[in-house]
Amino acid sequence: MKEGVGMDFANAAVGQYMPGDSFMHRLDPRTKMLTSLGVVIGLFVVSEPWAYALLALPIMLGIMVSQVPLKLITRSLRPLTFIMVLTFALHLFMDPGEAIFSIGRITATYEGLRLGLITVVRLALLIMATSIVTLTTSPIALTDGLERLLKPFARLGLPAHELAMMMTIALRFIPTLLEETDKIMKAQMARGADFESGNIAKRARAMVPILVPLFVSAFRRADELAVAMEARCYRGGEGRTRLRELAFSGADVAVLVVVGAYTVAVAVAL
Amino acid sequence: MARQALTDVNLSIDEGDLVAIIGKTGSGKSTLVQHFNGLLKPDSGRVLVDGQDIWGKGVALRDIRRKVGLVFQYPEHQLFEETVALDIAFAPKNLGLSDAQVDDAVREAMRIVDLDYEEFADRSPFELSGGQKRRVAIAGVIAMCPKVLILDEPTAGMDPRGREDVLGEIQALHEKHGYTIVLVSHSMEDVARFAKRLVVMEAGKVVMDGDPREVFRHRQELIDIGLGVPQITDLMAELARRGYGFSTGAITVEEAREILLPPLLAASIESTGSAGPDPCEGRCGHGLR
Repeated sequence: MKEGVGMDFANAAVGQYMPGDSFMHRLDPRTKMLTSLGVVIGLFVVSEPWAYALLALPIMLGIMVSQVPLKLITRSLRPLTFIMVLTFALHLFMDPGEAIFSIGRITATYEGLRLGLITVVRLALLIMATSIVTLTTSPIALTDGLERLLKPFARLGLPAHELAMMMTIALRFIPTLLEETDKIMKAQMARGADFESGNIAKRARAMVPILVPLFVSAFRRADELAVAMEARCYRGGEGRTRLRELAFSGADVAVLVVVGAYTVAVAVAL
Repeated sequence: MARQALTDVNLSIDEGDLVAIIGKTGSGKSTLVQHFNGLLKPDSGRVLVDGQDIWGKGVALRDIRRKVGLVFQYPEHQLFEETVALDIAFAPKNLGLSDAQVDDAVREAMRIVDLDYEEFADRSPFELSGGQKRRVAIAGVIAMCPKVLILDEPTAGMDPRGREDVLGEIQALHEKHGYTIVLVSHSMEDVARFAKRLVVMEAGKVVMDGDPREVFRHRQELIDIGLGVPQITDLMAELARRGYGFSTGAITVEEAREILLPPLLAASIESTGSAGPDPCEGRCGHGLR
């Protein structure tokens, strides 16, 4: 019954996680985040074309092992298609070097082509490396992992637990707020509101009747959530125990050591 | 929940009627009424307003939405302006009325929902009580001067006093101002009191349709689809089951009183030779004596 504009957004925004029971799914979230981070740093350090091929290897391996349909991976690339095309074009036509062809005063160069391709491949691998983590890790596990990874910095005053809790709550409320938006939009449309025509200024003004009620309801929900959490004795992260303790297994250590060493080797050698 | 959103609903609502649509959560009531003013577009089937297909060529949806006003559930959640008057003016302004016309529409709408213009016009809608907020929101739709007014659970989450106020206004809109009203409701008591016609929805289908008295006669069927009958109807049915020979057709307390009081009085006079002791010892004036 819940068909409307909002639900499609909701699916796109939080439909990232694909439940499953593969080797990738079972790895500790920290392992996945750290190795992914390592590979991403590697992608920025190297500049030789075939270094990218070497770094793509663990990413591809990860995708294969995760049993996530390739379609989902390519779908995660789609939102960035525009940026990739744009950067490629900018490199191709703006970089100085040996000309390939020219249109009017704009000239495409070999150097530009090379740099453009490298940038696009780098971007694509970057997205794949991170989306394989979000696709195989539930939002709860992600925030849990993040909290544990940030914990050492708590001594320096970083509110690790609070950050993680904020992330969990934000993720939880994305679909709720989208549904709310849909409802408010319809209610204002029933009062003759028009969100589709007019110039930018007019359209921006047309958002006010949606945004004000949305904020009011978000604050109300926040209030209610705070009371509900306190009613269940929440007093911050201090001394809080967990139902599911994160623990590194042998597989985690192996993945961290092997992929870590491999990435460092590639980065240093090239 | 299944994605199937409604199937072969067939329903026509006459001008000047007061129709209540009842059905349990998820039966498609809200989805159905959102089709009435073109907020949802049917994949198949048609919606006609005044004999005109609202998705037909050359039909401006804005005109349809003006003609068919829809008050959502918890309509006070859509308030956004700085003052009550500005918020109610939102719809008439969208219709492109002149300032003077907008002002007239606002005053008239506030009068209809019983909000004093002088007292409330310049107040922030956010500082009002729940019942007042809801009346402002309803006024925000009435200000378009629609022919048909659809109200989706207009009394949800209100205290008894607020319910009475809102229901009284709906009745006044219907009787005094000639609105065609479609009321979506969960409350059997409310619909028994007001509706001239009752439409029962179940899983996207209209399963019963008719005079409330007639529909409430199907007590067991209503219970089977997760609804019920007014409590007083239940009481009368129970009395009949225990062998008291009253008529069971009552759907409001007033009707039940008409049926029960004469035999009760006759019985008490018979047994004591007088009206007997006042069971309430004079504490209340409900006139049982």
